[in-house]
This record gives sequence, C-alpha cells and structure tokens, in this order.
Amino acid sequence: MKPVKFDYVAPTTLDAAVEALTAANGEGKLLAGGQSLLPLLNFRMSRPAVLVDLNGINDLSFIELRGDSVAIGALTRHREIEHSPLIASKLPVMSAAMRHVAHLAIRNRGTIGGSLSHADPAAELPMMAMFYNASLIVQGAGGRRTVAAKDFFVDALTNSLEPEDIVVEIEFPVLQHDGWAFEEVARRFGDFALASIAVSIRSGPSSIMDARVAVMGVADTPLRLQDVEKQVCEIEIDGGTSERFSELVMSSVTPHSDLHASAEYRKHLLGELAKRAMRTALAARR
Amino acid sequence: MAVNVSLTVNGTRHDIADVEPRLLLSDFLRETLGLTGTHVGCEHGVCGACTVLVNGHSVRSCLMLAVQANRAEITTVEGLGTPEALNELQIQFREHHGLQCGFCTPGMLITGEDLLNKYPLATDEEIREGLSGNLCRCTGYQNIVAAIRSAAAIRREKT
Repeated sequence: MKPVKFDYVAPTTLDAAVEALTAANGEGKLLAGGQSLLPLLNFRMSRPAVLVDLNGINDLSFIELRGDSVAIGALTRHREIEHSPLIASKLPVMSAAMRHVAHLAIRNRGTIGGSLSHADPAAELPMMAMFYNASLIVQGAGGRRTVAAKDFFVDALTNSLEPEDIVVEIEFPVLQHDGWAFEEVARRFGDFALASIAVSIRSGPSSIMDARVAVMGVADTPLRLQDVEKQVCEIEIDGGTSERFSELVMSSVTPHSDLHASAEYRKHLLGELAKRAMRTALAARR
Repeated sequence: MAVNVSLTVNGTRHDIADVEPRLLLSDFLRETLGLTGTHVGCEHGVCGACTVLVNGHSVRSCLMLAVQANRAEITTVEGLGTPEALNELQIQFREHHGLQCGFCTPGMLITGEDLLNKYPLATDEEIREGLSGNLCRCTGYQNIVAAIRSAAAIRREKT
C-alpha cells in the first residue's frame, strides 16, 4: 500500500512540464489533484519512473466566460466549480452534477483536467464534457491543439492523448435552454454512478424545440444520445412526454452486467431517472 | 532523489530535509512528525480516517504526497483543541456520544469542521451527504450526525 520509488519533478511552466514528460520517454505520469492517481500508486497498479507534478503551474486554475462558452483551467479544483456563481448561471447542469462528484475531501483536491484525463466511465465531469459538447485544449510536443470531447473518451479509463500531452483547459459552450435536470443513483452518495442522466431542453408551446441528453454508467464511456435528442423533438408535450422519453432512452443503451449491478437493473434505473429528469426539465421551463 | 519540505502543522513550522517523494502525507505526519492523531485506514481514499485540513480545506492525507505539502499550512486533529480545552465540535462529539472505538474520529472531526465552514447543514440529509466519504467501523453514525447537527445549531445561534 505504498507507491514504488519514482523521480519527482515539479515544473513551474507548461513547457517545462511537456519537456519533463517527453524526457521520461513514456515512463512519466502527470500528477494533478491525485485523487485517482494516488490510489493507483498506493496499490502499485501504476508504477511510473517519473512523476510530473502540475500543481506548481499557476495559470491553469480559472473559470471565465469567453463569448458563448465558459472556459475552465485544467487545474481548477472540483470545489471551485461546485461553488462558482458563473458555473451556476451558465452551466446549471454541471453545477448540479458537482454535488455528486466524489466526497468533500476529494472535491477539495481533485481537478477537472485530471478527472477528464482519467476518463472513468461513471464519473460526472467526463459526462458533462460529452453533455456540453466541450472542447479540450491540449498542449503536447507539437504545440497546442483542440480535441472534441467525443474524440477524447476512447474506452473505460482510456483517452486519445499521446504520452507527452497535457490537458490545459476545457471550453464548455453555453446552452440557450429553459429547462434542465441532472439525476444520478450511486450505491453510496458520492460514489461512482450506477446510472445517471443529464437533460436540457428548449421548449415551444406544444413541443420540445431543442434537446441535449447524456447518460453514464451504461457504457464504457459517457454517452451523448443524439438520436434521442432528435426523436424527443418529434413528440408533443403532454402528460405522457416523460414516459415516452424514458422509453427512447432505454431503447438506445445496452449496459453491461458487473459486480455492482446487472444490465437489466442499470437499464431500468436509467429509465426511471430519465422519467424524473424530463418531468423536472418540463416543469422548470418558462 | 529527495526533496526538502517546509510546512506549518498546527501552527508549528517544520523544515524537513531529504523527504522521499513517494512518502504519503499521512505517513509523514505520523512517522516523521510523530503526530499519530491522524489515523490510517484504507490508504486509497475510501475510509476518510486520515483526513486533515490543508490550507483550510479537508484533504485525504493518504492521497497526497508529503512533498506536495511544501509551503502548506496543515491542521490535524491535534490542532483542533486540547484535552483541557476541546473545541466546540469536539465538545458536541463528547456530549452526543459521537465516538465509540475512536478510529474514525479524527477524520470525522476534520470533515465536520470543513462542512461547518462550507455548508449551512440545515438538514440531516445535508450532514449525511457531507459525511458520506467517512466510514465508521462501529457504525455509530446516528450520534456523529447528532453531534454535527448540534454544532451547526450552536454556530447559527452565534452568527
């Protein structure tokens, strides 16, 4: 339960961090908040030769409005996102999801860049990156580039980055919607989700004009359900809308069974959460 | 490869030379500084027993390297109060029988302090949500919740 020996580097600039990673020749690992990495180190499931600590780089922690998007620095702690008035007003679904991100002490230390890079299929921030169609700004050996969230999450705990790449900031486009909801069930509050759904809608007099739907806990990555987003705009708003939405969501996922829950249970649970979420989203619209 | 670490723990400055990078903050506090009030349970961030305040925020000391605490200000359970002069939350834990074997207590107290600083704690649901990252192996949660509820009420009266 103690990490193996490693060299420790604490660069103060991004360029120096990329350099240290490149010099480590594939044996390096980035340390941000450490809330996923430290357990892996303690269990010796991860045995890096070099640990590159990003915490000394000052300009990676910020939340700011940039046109129609909110930009968040990769080293921004979960706590700062949870308590940010800007996030609450511009990205309300993310604000609601933050309460479910792990536990207090982990939110105090964990970072958004770290959570996204770790790419846990049942973690809220990767799901929010899919939900908001976020763009990740990545710095690597060849300079900066932008990676869309949908191209970033490849598989469970697997992202599309090169070994010397560092997520620097993330841009979340603001949704011009009037109703939303976030629902999640975990075995213990704050644990990884068994199933979760995020919904946001803009509604007209009798139907939904635009919808955004993302789910997690039911696949190897978080999913944005673009087919459901289109289909839900074709149904009328009446007493049965949330039931029909729930059926659409359930028929579009094929969860796996695992230690924590059977595939049937996860699907049923997601359907129930979808119903609740759509009810809340419809009730909230102006 | 070793690193020098300077930090303040419970108001006392320590300058420790040659700290091995892989040393966890929890082991540093207990073994290097001899502050055994911080308990080590699971060593992978699940039980919450090793929670300490780092620059005022609760952090699991088994999920942080000692070298990362360079220049930090840390409060462990030893820094909350003394046996002669317990702090308000500790008094409430005693009043409400908020501990049995005592193993989880340091983490519960530190988490409780951070919760009282950050949230209104108006309902038991909010308190339980806040404590969800701390396990009590005696399962004595009712009285821990009661102690924090009472500390929150006292804080409300004072402000």
